[in-house]
Amino acid sequence: MVLAVLVFLCAQTAFAHPQKGEAVGFLTGFRHPISGLDHVLAMVAVGLWGAQLGSPAIWVLPVAFPMVMAFGGMLGLMGVPLPGVEYGIALSAILLGTALMFEIRPPLGLAAALVGFFAIFHGHAHGTELPPGQSALLYSMGFVIATGCLHALGIGIGTVHRWAWGQKLVRVAGGLVAMGGVFFMWKAIA
Amino acid sequence: MINSSKSRVPLYAFVVFAFVMCALPAEAHLNSTGMGPFYDGLIHFLLSPEDIVPVLALALLAGLRGASYGRRALFTLPVAWLLGGLAGLSAMTATPHPFVAAAWFLLLGGLLAADAKVSLRVTTALAAVLGIYHGYLNGTGMGQFDTAAVALLGLVFAVFVLIALAAAFVVRLRAHWARIAVRVAGSWIAASGLLMLGWAVRTR
Repeated sequence: MVLAVLVFLCAQTAFAHPQKGEAVGFLTGFRHPISGLDHVLAMVAVGLWGAQLGSPAIWVLPVAFPMVMAFGGMLGLMGVPLPGVEYGIALSAILLGTALMFEIRPPLGLAAALVGFFAIFHGHAHGTELPPGQSALLYSMGFVIATGCLHALGIGIGTVHRWAWGQKLVRVAGGLVAMGGVFFMWKAIA
Repeated sequence: MINSSKSRVPLYAFVVFAFVMCALPAEAHLNSTGMGPFYDGLIHFLLSPEDIVPVLALALLAGLRGASYGRRALFTLPVAWLLGGLAGLSAMTATPHPFVAAAWFLLLGGLLAADAKVSLRVTTALAAVLGIYHGYLNGTGMGQFDTAAVALLGLVFAVFVLIALAAAFVVRLRAHWARIAVRVAGSWIAASGLLMLGWAVRTR
């Protein structure tokens, strides 16, 4: 009994779990983009807008966004400063939501440029927030795949656009995204 | 009757004790025995995303270009991997550079996302360089074991199977959306490469 008590008293820390905030793998990276509503709104809106605009925007926008976002993330990781990141993120939700609400149909190049421009802000914010860790590869893959899944979610919801009621639903969703953007802009300013 | 069975208890106990004392290690878990060198090599590849992802990207790229590209990659990459691995077996150490790993992700993912019209010669060169580089890194890690050559064969076999399955899967895709889905996978690989590049700079 005494021996058991002594053994228990001498127990060392197990280190069986990652420390809080440490980037350790795929799941940690996967959770990061979906942990902030401001990012989620914008990324789902990109998918919705692609579905609303139809082919080829339906795949050009979701391909452009992760790549440019990763570029922004790379700048953030490198420590390259980018002013007004929070404003840019909020503005992305406002503009994408407005585009959805009024079914704005710019040329494909302009739509891709707009999405890419705001993707830099989202990526930079993620890049500066990324915690230190050992598994950059798995973390990065989880991060990018989660972003892609959010776009896919938007595209999936946007498939209702083929019906009249679906078109109204997508426009309402755009209004909600824009309202969310206004809220985040207010928070950024306040 | 009861007395005679009671008298045999110490004898049975002694026999059981003797058997227990002579017990050999069960080796019931694979972490003590491994799966044999061939399957150890095979599993090593399947559990290494830094190896799998570039191979997958090259297979998808070759598959998008057509059957002849897929066939060329199918035979070039495993052979190059084997040659690189054999060269690596005699090397002492090699540290994989994070910039190079990110560059492979960027290059192959970018080509795949853009559905780049690479020539057969370029595909062959990409497969050869990728195979030699990754094979060499694998070989240096295995060099300390006696059965390294067999493990390397298992690894190369896994490369062959993966590239055969992935390229063949893409070659037969005809639907426009399916081919676009393959390109989206390429954009994700390239994006991961960009983040890895930033991470490598940050931790340098």
